[in-house]
Amino acid sequence: MSHVLSLRCKECSREYPVEALNVCDFCFGPLEVVYDLQAIAKSTSREKIASGPNSLWRYADFLPAEYNPAIDINAGFTPLIRSRGLAERLGLDELWIKNDSVNPSYSFKDRVVAVAAAKALELGFDTIACASTGNLACAVAAVAARSGMKSYVFIPSNLEAGKILGAAIYNPTMVAIDGSYDDVNRLCSEIADSYPWAFVNINVRPFYADGSKTLGYEVAEQLGWRAPDHAVAPSASGAMFTKIYQGLKEFEATGLISHVHTKMHSAQARGCSPIASAYEEGRFVIRPVKPSSLATSLAIGNPADGYYALKVIEASGGSAVIAEENEIADGVKLLAETEGIFTEGAGGVAITGLKHLVETGKIKRDESVVVYITGNGLKTTELVADVVNPVLIEPNVEAFEAAMAARAAK
Amino acid sequence: MPIEKVRLTFLDRLIKEPVIYRVGRDFKVETNIRRADIQEGIGWVILELEGEQKSIDDALEWVRSVGVRVDPAVGDVVEG
Repeated sequence: MSHVLSLRCKECSREYPVEALNVCDFCFGPLEVVYDLQAIAKSTSREKIASGPNSLWRYADFLPAEYNPAIDINAGFTPLIRSRGLAERLGLDELWIKNDSVNPSYSFKDRVVAVAAAKALELGFDTIACASTGNLACAVAAVAARSGMKSYVFIPSNLEAGKILGAAIYNPTMVAIDGSYDDVNRLCSEIADSYPWAFVNINVRPFYADGSKTLGYEVAEQLGWRAPDHAVAPSASGAMFTKIYQGLKEFEATGLISHVHTKMHSAQARGCSPIASAYEEGRFVIRPVKPSSLATSLAIGNPADGYYALKVIEASGGSAVIAEENEIADGVKLLAETEGIFTEGAGGVAITGLKHLVETGKIKRDESVVVYITGNGLKTTELVADVVNPVLIEPNVEAFEAAMAARAAK
Repeated sequence: MPIEKVRLTFLDRLIKEPVIYRVGRDFKVETNIRRADIQEGIGWVILELEGEQKSIDDALEWVRSVGVRVDPAVGDVVEG
């Protein structure tokens, strides 16, 4: 059963009932879900979790909605892979890759949307919605299809069709907005205020965000009930990054793992790095930016949880790291060539960030590291289109052997 | 009367400017500061604006024109 006590403002601590609310009426601070951790500690156990469903719902005791098998899209419980090739290349003894690119709609967004949709149904909504340029749209449309809800997906009208095909296939109502990025933001906020829908990252955002806590729980369970020395994750709004840490800390608080000493490292791309730039300049004030990055899934210029991501970095003794734009595709290729995992630009940023953290000595060879790969490369193939360069030959063995000899001589 | 919630981000050279005062005086928009943090070199204000929609739009356009960044108070809602 759910152990939710209330919603609470992260800034002024005012309490609110468990409803579709995301902002404090008084200070406009963001709301978060408050759990009864003592009750969770009594209810949960390693054995109970291990015998639960092979999805994020194995952690239902820690989530704001009840487990409903009928609408479970099987988000989560993705592989945690012990790295060989990449670890060797980077000079690490214990590197693990959390491969969240194999979720049902191919990104970690399935986690947050699965939890948001389950809670939305409990609260009486029949429609979920989002504004997205990619992964979130896919997750909302897919989860809606599975759960029998209606869905509305808002996209900027200049978005390439291919980018949202992965959402359109699930047959949501897709609305292309003819306006700037800021116009899309504003219109969607107005629509969320006006329509009786669960707008996943607006009015049900507190529940939505908590889906990412499972990225912390899973890693701890899959490591044999322990936290790693370091976690490296890409950041856009900063919500996922903060929730990974919250997940680890909740496992500690409920006695499932011992002391959490994990240093949290946030990776962003140079073209959109409001969190990492603030970290580098030693300030806790986020300066919003106009995003211009190849890592399109990280392009949030005004990150809602940027400040809280900086606080997690400070509390954990971690850091923030920037991948240059010309390093993103190299990061994608490095992961593919060494581990057989094809990720999108955000994964390229995470791998490049990890590389820099090792080079600068922030992560040492004998420390355990988990790097989060949050989205699939097949959605953004243009990023690495230059890898397609086959050897062209005539249809005979001699031509093949000559071509191979020429290749070997290079 | 329409209400809008925005985050204004000020850079160094503008922190001494009475931007919010002028929004009220010149555009007849009621302003209410809910939270703020002004540090050396940068500051932000979470501001509630109430007035005719056109007045709010004009006021925010002017705020942008003097170099203050205007964003939704809750952060960007368009995600990747």
